[in-house]
Amino acid sequence: MIDAPLLPLFILLTSLLAAPVLFALPERAASLRTGINLGMAMLKVGLVAWLSLKVSEGVVYDLRFAMLPGLEFKLQADPLAILFVALSAVLWLITTVYSVGYLERGPHRARFFGFFTLCVAATVGIAMAGNLFTFLIFYELLTLATYPLVIHRGTAEALRAGRIYLIYTLAGGLVLLLGTLGLWVLAGTTDFVPGGVLDEVAESRPLAAMLLFAVLVGALGVKATLVPFHAWLPIAMVAPAPVSALLHAVAVVKAGAFGIMRVVYEVFGIETAQALGMTMPLAVLAGVTIIYGSIRAITQDDIKKRLAFSTVSQVSYITLGVALASPIAAVGALAHLIHQGLMKITMFMAAGNLAEGLGVKKVSRMDGVGRAMPGTMLAFSLAALAMIGLPPLAGFVSKWYLAQGGLDAGAGWVIALLLGSSLLNAIYFLPMLHRAWFRDAGAAAFAPARPRIGWMLAAPPVTTAVLVLVAGGFANAPFSPLEWTRFIVAIEYRE
Amino acid sequence: MQTDPMTLTLFVPLFGAIAAFVLPRAASVIGPFSVLATGAAVALLAREVLAAGAVTVSLGGWAPPLGIALRADGLSVAMLAMTAAVGLLVSLGALDALRDARQRQYFWPLWLLLLTGMNGVYLGTDIFNLYVMIEVIALAAVGLTVLSGTTAALRAGLEYMYASILGALLFLTGVGFVYLQIGRLDFAGLIAAEPSGALSAALALMLVGLLLKTALFPLHFWLPAAHANATAPASALLSGLVVKAALYIFLRLATYMPPPDEMLVTLIGTLGAGAVIWGGIQALRAERLKMLVAWSTVVQIGLIFIAFARAGQIGLAESWKAAAVLILAHGIAKAAMFLAAGRIKDEVGHDVIRDLDRSAIRPTLAQFTFALAAISLIGLPPSLGFIGKWSLMEGALAAGYWHWVAVTMVGTLMSVAYFSRVLAAFLRFDRVRAPVGEHQGWALADAAPLTLALSAITLGLMAAPILSFIELGYPFGATP
Repeated sequence: MIDAPLLPLFILLTSLLAAPVLFALPERAASLRTGINLGMAMLKVGLVAWLSLKVSEGVVYDLRFAMLPGLEFKLQADPLAILFVALSAVLWLITTVYSVGYLERGPHRARFFGFFTLCVAATVGIAMAGNLFTFLIFYELLTLATYPLVIHRGTAEALRAGRIYLIYTLAGGLVLLLGTLGLWVLAGTTDFVPGGVLDEVAESRPLAAMLLFAVLVGALGVKATLVPFHAWLPIAMVAPAPVSALLHAVAVVKAGAFGIMRVVYEVFGIETAQALGMTMPLAVLAGVTIIYGSIRAITQDDIKKRLAFSTVSQVSYITLGVALASPIAAVGALAHLIHQGLMKITMFMAAGNLAEGLGVKKVSRMDGVGRAMPGTMLAFSLAALAMIGLPPLAGFVSKWYLAQGGLDAGAGWVIALLLGSSLLNAIYFLPMLHRAWFRDAGAAAFAPARPRIGWMLAAPPVTTAVLVLVAGGFANAPFSPLEWTRFIVAIEYRE
Repeated sequence: MQTDPMTLTLFVPLFGAIAAFVLPRAASVIGPFSVLATGAAVALLAREVLAAGAVTVSLGGWAPPLGIALRADGLSVAMLAMTAAVGLLVSLGALDALRDARQRQYFWPLWLLLLTGMNGVYLGTDIFNLYVMIEVIALAAVGLTVLSGTTAALRAGLEYMYASILGALLFLTGVGFVYLQIGRLDFAGLIAAEPSGALSAALALMLVGLLLKTALFPLHFWLPAAHANATAPASALLSGLVVKAALYIFLRLATYMPPPDEMLVTLIGTLGAGAVIWGGIQALRAERLKMLVAWSTVVQIGLIFIAFARAGQIGLAESWKAAAVLILAHGIAKAAMFLAAGRIKDEVGHDVIRDLDRSAIRPTLAQFTFALAAISLIGLPPSLGFIGKWSLMEGALAAGYWHWVAVTMVGTLMSVAYFSRVLAAFLRFDRVRAPVGEHQGWALADAAPLTLALSAITLGLMAAPILSFIELGYPFGATP
């Protein structure tokens, strides 16, 4: 096979160049727009598959050019980047199908798909950023591209949500800029290097290094919804279902979690971070967020809001796994990056289908929806059970490794935390399933007995649900997320 | 008559102005072509500077201190190029925006005269000539301000004229005292002069005059009304370019003067901080779109002065570069924003921010342009504005001047707040009564502002070559 050193750039450009075209298309050119959307999404999946093959063969991709003296715009394709790129490429394809179905006759489709594509470009850029400076560029682009999606409906409520979203994320971005500057001034580089670049600084100026850690993780914690910076996420769920799905599974929330990974592993290095004594507080903060999110989820009647609080909780598993500073926990964290994405996107798409097909948006109105929409609810149930951690589903695998990692790190409380969290997950998910399957719709039966939703809405959640099953059941197969994860951890822990 | 490119950058627009004035019917042709020709001369000059570093030309063959010399280095060519490029695109925008015959008749001579003055400032090497040039600029700029002919514009123009005359008088008085002190007016003479109290006082007078002309807080009072009430192309020129002339002279003098002490640098930074905060508050309260954009200019001028002061007196050798990048970034982005605001006002019929979302007409491309320009002005990556802000904060952080970092961050958040007032209105549709069509307001007239806005964003990716270019000829430090 021919070698293409520019492959990462091409992957970025598949969505970056599609965006202006999509903006310019007239509103009624629906089939052309769908064609471009799906074509580019498939092309990207193909290119990413090629890239991961090459990287697993040991090819190193490194693209850079100087933006400022000494400061480079740098794209790289290390295994960690591949993990995130692959997730976003696959889920983008699925979400694109879903969005086309969801927004079939809605207004402002050109604008929607333009920003949607830009959002994915930003995510890919975040994944492949080779230094914190490049990461920052795409991180801000992500904020700007998601804002119009959040307020897509253009209602007063959506605008309020958008404003809150913007305040949180741009303030976080500004603090990240400060942190990037701090890193640049302290270390003279912002490169992501396994093992970190700050060991000398940590020795000579530990206080400055600790402050930098707090600034960087705090800034990224806004998007990763660490308590107390989580409040924007449940509010932002007024966005259309495909946007929520993407926001919660791949784009915004994951960008934060992924950034924390990069910072802990490749800016500080896990040993330096541990030596600074910053990992344990982070783990505790993640633990608090896990419990807090779950407790808040229990009382939400709005389906999407309940799912949003569940995301607050679930994403912090990733942060927890990173902060425990044990290679086994790291495996769990990285696997959860993928698994949580698959599970949550399934649930949001299913919730979108309930709202579209039956007009059901509240948990209290879910009675009997299982019989009305069996496919959708089956997918939802599978994902919910996986979230709770039922073996052999995907969520179980993550929790298993996290628990082992907790033991490995000598933090026994992690076991209790995970058990408690699973219990809470069950408390807020099982009643939904119970209502859906075991209760009668009663007199207020749904107006259309068999709601009509197109295959473009029905197929995506089922597909991702199958992926949840596969990712858990075949966790040990080659090229499964888990296997790839072990590959990454070996690099980050320099074993 | 000399025909080297440097002289041409002065005489092409000057003769263009005269021709456009004499032949008003052909003005719409003469104007853009004169700007284009000036741009070509700048390109030739840029090549010379790239090859040889700083280039000096004596007009009429008389060397200073007797004759007038012109000097081009990296910074002045960068300013010339920015002015020519922005000017050309604004000219193209003006072809569409100026519908009134009388406006067209006067716009081109005034604008070409302005261009002559701007180029003269960038190339001038003695302070008396700089005085003459800023008077030329002031004359043309006041004319451009009142071009729209509304009462508000006339009133604003009058105020602008008073401020301008006062600023020029202060500057001229300073120039006179400098001549009394050292008997020379060229930069070389200034550098060679013995520092003395009297000389410092003279320079201080010049400085205050310049600050008034560049509208640094609290001397900004004349700017918002003048910039907001002019016609869109005139606003773009006034905000993007004109205020930069005095700013540029300030940057130049800052090196040739006896080294400013820490107090003065801090004072200038503090005034900049005041501009950022006060301008931000006013932009948050502005009711009309063009007024908001004009207040944002006050903020950006303040930011440029903070960049100048970012690392104190010792840091000046580097800080001017951050200021220069911000000057270029603001020139491009603000011109784009004013043109876009003018387009929005033309299409929607008003520019009351509160009612923008009630309009069924959405000039999509102009709104998009506005958003791109806002990204650069806020300083979000990868725009040129981001590079400027990065340089500012980097220098301040490295030198331990935390307060400048803090002010910049506050200013950034405020700029997000006031620009999102406008951007949210663009995306809001629930208050529209009439059905909303699709892709309304595409017009060729959107091409010029869009090009400007896209350049403001993409030039950030080319910041490294730009930075090394403005260092050509060591503008600050070596002999002029």
